[in-house]
Amino acid sequence: MGQYNGDPPVLLRMRGIVKRFPGVRALDGVDLDVRPGEVHCLLGQNGAGKSTLIKVLAGAHRPDEGEITFGGEPFAPATPTAAMRAGIATIYQELDLVDGLSVTDNVFLGHERSRLGFTRREEGDRRARELLARLGHGEIPPRREAGRLPAAGRQVVSMARALSHEARLIVMDEPSAALAHDEVDNLFRIIRELTREGVAVVYISHRLAEIREIGDRVTVLKDGRTVARDLPARTTPTNEIVALMTGRDIEHAFPDRPAPDAFDDRPEVLRVEGLTLPGSFEDVSFAVRAGEIVGLAGLVGSGRSEILETVYGARRATAGRVLIDGRPVRPGSPGAAVRRGMGLAPEERKSQALLLDQSVAANMSMAGLDRYSAFGWLNRRRERADVRAQIAALDIRPPDPDRPVATLSGGNQQKVVLARWLLGDRRLLVLDEPTRGVDVGARAELYGVVRELAARGIGVLLVSSEVPEVLGLADRVLVVREGRIVHEGDARGLDEPAVLNLIMEGSAL
Amino acid sequence: MTAGDTDLKTAAVPKAPRVRREVHHIGLVAALVLLALVGVVTEPDNFATSGNVAGILALAATIGVITVGMTFVIIGGGIDLSVGALMALASVWATTLATQSYGPVVMVVCALLVGTGAGLVNGLLIAYGRLVPFIATLAMLVAARGLAQRMSDRKTQLVRPENDAIEALSTTKVLGLPLVVFIFAAVAAAGWVLLNRTTFGRRTFAVGGNPEAARLAGIDVRRHTLMSYALSGLCCGVAAIIIMARTTTGSSTHGDLYELDAIAAVIIGGTLLTGGRGTLAGSILGVLVFTLITNLFILNGLQTSDQLIAKGAIIVVAVLLQRRGLRAPT
Repeated sequence: MGQYNGDPPVLLRMRGIVKRFPGVRALDGVDLDVRPGEVHCLLGQNGAGKSTLIKVLAGAHRPDEGEITFGGEPFAPATPTAAMRAGIATIYQELDLVDGLSVTDNVFLGHERSRLGFTRREEGDRRARELLARLGHGEIPPRREAGRLPAAGRQVVSMARALSHEARLIVMDEPSAALAHDEVDNLFRIIRELTREGVAVVYISHRLAEIREIGDRVTVLKDGRTVARDLPARTTPTNEIVALMTGRDIEHAFPDRPAPDAFDDRPEVLRVEGLTLPGSFEDVSFAVRAGEIVGLAGLVGSGRSEILETVYGARRATAGRVLIDGRPVRPGSPGAAVRRGMGLAPEERKSQALLLDQSVAANMSMAGLDRYSAFGWLNRRRERADVRAQIAALDIRPPDPDRPVATLSGGNQQKVVLARWLLGDRRLLVLDEPTRGVDVGARAELYGVVRELAARGIGVLLVSSEVPEVLGLADRVLVVREGRIVHEGDARGLDEPAVLNLIMEGSAL
Repeated sequence: MTAGDTDLKTAAVPKAPRVRREVHHIGLVAALVLLALVGVVTEPDNFATSGNVAGILALAATIGVITVGMTFVIIGGGIDLSVGALMALASVWATTLATQSYGPVVMVVCALLVGTGAGLVNGLLIAYGRLVPFIATLAMLVAARGLAQRMSDRKTQLVRPENDAIEALSTTKVLGLPLVVFIFAAVAAAGWVLLNRTTFGRRTFAVGGNPEAARLAGIDVRRHTLMSYALSGLCCGVAAIIIMARTTTGSSTHGDLYELDAIAAVIIGGTLLTGGRGTLAGSILGVLVFTLITNLFILNGLQTSDQLIAKGAIIVVAVLLQRRGLRAPT
């Protein structure tokens, strides 16, 4: 193992790592030291570069600059398999198990126990059982289909796979996100056991409480850079960590907001009463007034996106109701929501909103075709005229209705999605991560568009994982944590550290 | 914003790349011309006669009408393997003694209703029963053939002389072409309008291209899917009328393997098997190319087995060319 010159040995050492993608520097000088047997926590906001860093370690991305040593040797894996062979295993947030294969097959996927091409099932099962037992889960049957295991069980299988490679470093990306409370305790027990055997863990989580419990040292990333490293995990004050994570370089230009009391006498466009979807959120109630932008802030998995989707009818609540202009909307039907005047800009623009092959015009009019038809016959002249008007109004570039929407930039694609709803009369726009994949310059423009729509009297319900976006754009902010609204207040009365605190721990600073 | 500013911004954008459908159609048209030339050269006396041309078009009519329905189903993201069997069932049902006793109009209505009804069952199973289209329509293929055999007792049912109005669709000629060719043309034209000029057509592209986006845009994806399979069934009913006119029979063996010919025609016509993209004109051209090949092989006295090999080769070549033509510009 590494050279020992007075300091504790370092297992993984990263210096000045840079990774460029077209148009962005995802990593812009990352330093990281991980010692054997420690739990090293990686903290940073969305977009800080954590995922890219993980992929560099996993061998999925090659850094453009910088050096990495692992166990004292230079480390430059060409493929994920090479990284695994070298002893770095990665457990992704979305566990990469093959549901249809058995536990054993998953553990040894890619390096099956075999002789002359025939798998050796008995030996594989025995080895898998050993690994599972080592993880404290000897009760998981090796022949069980992985897809039939609960989330916690699947995670144990993922870890068994990591151990099957004799991993010396295991990277865990938000391992607790999919787990219930007692399952997290078991996860921690496993981590402690692994570290006792000298395995190092890079632990990524948004939950500060967890980091305090399991972590040894903390490295903080911001905008692709290491801003602080090797902080003690248990004793560094929360506000210091939050300050390191937030202090931003890039300020977004947000449009001016109306006065806080401007909406008091406006009618309620949307009213949500006691909405419940077990496992996602519970007893959620709020209202959006005409012209008001209401932002939902919360972690991935907090229930914020599920609330949005349920309001829109893409999911069906087990209790509670959604009212538009005081009248209930038929639950579980996006069609009904659209007829009552809702419109959605979903989180995954490409897979949930756009027909990528089709033209800008076809994408814009797809939700409002009935406006341009008599007995099913399309009036294409009127459709085109409206599309052109929207292209001009939202300044979509290039201003060509026939261009395939796939060739537009992210910001312009998002404008096409917004324009889709503006062809008809809308009461409420539901925006899920409206600036994801949109570059910084275009963001300010989109913010302007959203505020302008609100000024026309449309209510806006906004979800974003970027706290500054919610604070800068919304009039009122609802903070969601573990499926409940834990705070509601005027956006001007909150700052980023306060919201992050509410999101992560539930107590204001 | 100044005028110069606008110019700069638009100038920076490369010329709009359009999907190259036209190019693909030119390829198919070229293939048709080439095949016609081969016909003229190899069989100068028989090929370019009005009788042969009428024959080719009449031959193309049955599979052509089915292909129109298949195009909707495939653009909508599905597949219909039951088309040949539905046509057979509709032809048998329309030629039973009981149906025939009501006269030719009832026979026609019967064929259309049987086709549409069976298509609705397909659609219900797929849209509301959540069966995979391949499996649901495979089951329908098998079951509809079985039902047709049962109804006909595995015998070929003749269209009775008093119902010769059916046969007249094939024997009566206008402008030198039998009426069934005009039926084919009418169905193709109606299909083109439905696909390109109506909300139904637009939604077909949306549902096939991105069902989740269609659903979130408020489109009733399930109802639309149901309707597209019913439409395919209706086309099978029309095809049954054409086959009855041409053969004066109803039989459980009609339309064997038509599903493969129809799918192949749609594919070489440039429609994506994964849905969301395609044209009706391409499908029709695909049908014509196939029929022309059949005709050339028959005229030249070649084996059907060679014909099958040639068709197979054409499918592969067409799809390979298509992939190059449609590769997204970056």
